[in-house]
Amino acid sequence: MNIELRANRTAAETALAANFAAARGRLPGPLPVEQLREAAFRTFESAGLPHRRVEEWKYTDLRALMREARPLARVPDEETKLHARKAGEMLAGLEARRVVFVDGSFVPELSDLASLEPGLRIGSMAAALARADTSVVTHLGRAMPLTDAALALNTAFMGDGAVVDIEPRVALARPLHLVFINAGSQPSAVFLRSLVRVGKGARAMLVESHEGTSEHQVNTALELEVAAEAHVDHVKISGPGAGALHVSTLLATVGPHVRFNEFLFTLGSRVLRNQLFVHFAGEGTIAAIRGASLLKARQHVDTTLVAEHAACGCTSRELFKSVLDGESHGVFQGKIIVRPHAQKTDAKMATHALLLSDTAEADNKPELEIFADDVQCGHGATAGSLDEDLLFYLRARGIPEKEAEALLIQAFVGEAVEGIEHAGLRDCLMEHVVAWLAARKQDAQ
Amino acid sequence: MTVKGEGANEMHMLEVKDLHVEVDGRKILNGLELSVGRGSVHAIMGPNGSGKSTLAHVLAGKPGYEVTQGEVLLDGDDVLGLAPDERAAKGLFLAFQYPLEIPGVATMTFLRTAINAQRKKREQPELSTPEFLKQVRAVAGKLDIDQEMLRRGVNVGFSGGEKKRNEILQMALLEPRLCVLDETDSGLDIDALKVVAQGVNGLRSPDRSFVVITHYQRLLNYIVPDVVHVLSRGRIVKTGGKELALELEGSGYAQYQEEAA
Repeated sequence: MNIELRANRTAAETALAANFAAARGRLPGPLPVEQLREAAFRTFESAGLPHRRVEEWKYTDLRALMREARPLARVPDEETKLHARKAGEMLAGLEARRVVFVDGSFVPELSDLASLEPGLRIGSMAAALARADTSVVTHLGRAMPLTDAALALNTAFMGDGAVVDIEPRVALARPLHLVFINAGSQPSAVFLRSLVRVGKGARAMLVESHEGTSEHQVNTALELEVAAEAHVDHVKISGPGAGALHVSTLLATVGPHVRFNEFLFTLGSRVLRNQLFVHFAGEGTIAAIRGASLLKARQHVDTTLVAEHAACGCTSRELFKSVLDGESHGVFQGKIIVRPHAQKTDAKMATHALLLSDTAEADNKPELEIFADDVQCGHGATAGSLDEDLLFYLRARGIPEKEAEALLIQAFVGEAVEGIEHAGLRDCLMEHVVAWLAARKQDAQ
Repeated sequence: MTVKGEGANEMHMLEVKDLHVEVDGRKILNGLELSVGRGSVHAIMGPNGSGKSTLAHVLAGKPGYEVTQGEVLLDGDDVLGLAPDERAAKGLFLAFQYPLEIPGVATMTFLRTAINAQRKKREQPELSTPEFLKQVRAVAGKLDIDQEMLRRGVNVGFSGGEKKRNEILQMALLEPRLCVLDETDSGLDIDALKVVAQGVNGLRSPDRSFVVITHYQRLLNYIVPDVVHVLSRGRIVKTGGKELALELEGSGYAQYQEEAA
């Protein structure tokens, strides 16, 4: 009885197949890339869109949530680019080097590519694929087998993205800001694939933001390879403009004695999934993987993390906080895997959901898979509402209810945000939290 | 000591009339009467379970208490229909028996938000940053609270004594007209008690009244009351001068518990 009955293809699956058949000839890349795409699409097709009986997608049933597959986004015309010229402005205070992508295409004229520091190279994925750049093509998909449906689709359809190389011992003076904006008037499908390689002992701060006004379906993936002794911060910021359906995959491979800080800042989207696969490939690395999300109305945000300790003596700290209002749905799935030889691993994962309404839902699923015997691992998960006694204490001092709630919510989110090393970015994100709370107060009035 | 009759309201900062309160259907306050004159200090003493903390909480407007009968007038205005923050803005301050810790909210932010929220409600302009800092430094100095403590989360990592001093700091900065001190002496050693009492005494003025709730007479050696009430089974059963507290220290509450029954 182990015959898996395949349900009939959904409309979205049928459209994806048609889109792939129509687009395969014009997607960037000669034969080796074509083969990669083909294999990826077959992998996707054999299982179809993931649904609630697929454990990894249990709480984000793509088969149900993705009713249709949009046509591939067109290369942005001048008018669309004009709409996008203020992209990434919310982080203007960081004075970061901006690399801008509009509707999935690299736009050099909106990017800040002048006077690159020596040892920093920035290119476009579409160009690298088109010339079948071996160092890029052989790299793609190496970090992980293509069993994940979202990543398989990404590989099949990948259009453009950033290819960034930072040479050993180079310390970037300015943060690098990958700006992704959805600006086209036609709701489309955008497939972004980026590759960032950080050399030994290098220092980089990478910020990725997703914004826009279009109802796009966005599938974005970033492969991040961090060599020994490097120090890398990666912060991904997404808001309601990240798309009507936004699925993001981070594949990070970190070498020995690295400091790696990951942060996911999410202001709700209609349906958004951030999946992170962090592979600890070398000993003595210290990583902090954190996130904060604020959701309202019927927004759905899923954070799925797999931290795989495959080397000795690494430390990882995972802390995720979500604030859920209205009928929103927050999902956290976190798995820590400790391989047999990864002794002295020290991994602690915590996830906390703050429910602001009776109709919001939080699903927390922490998992530990430990195959080594000399490790320290733990996890904690909580879900609850604001503390009534604390609220009373604040109100007894004259602070009105909504303001008191806002202070406590800010403090709740702040505990995660304060882990970001860059003070300017920390302040900027807290400003977003304050603005979100102000909008909430306004909605209540 | 209750004064009845025409014009009495104008004389009193706080007037509690025939107050009946239930929690989860259980009667806690049972026709409590209390009048506190402007500028005077009233102590309320009583055994455990007599309703002392309930009285403090009901005055401040804590949710979860059902007032089934009676009135609470602050300076002549009924406050039972007001939210806790509205009562605070009208000048009522409750010093908590167990001040709470608020991780992530710096004491300075908390103080400033509270002061400005109250000022806004009273249609006063916000306090400027230098003026605010000046006031905080002056009061904190007197209470032996260092600047480092103010930068931390509210009460986070504070000792029992530090938490109580922080309550008095808030009281001093918010300049209330009626201060309700709920078992402020609990958990304090004698030195901490003296610092707290000095802080309170420094705030005594003809325009400010105090209700000091305590189980033990000890606190009243340092904060000397004008009037002492004995609370038992939800009502005031005896009222007298400060000597009543000393008497209670000797005889205990047993006789009053029988009387109330």
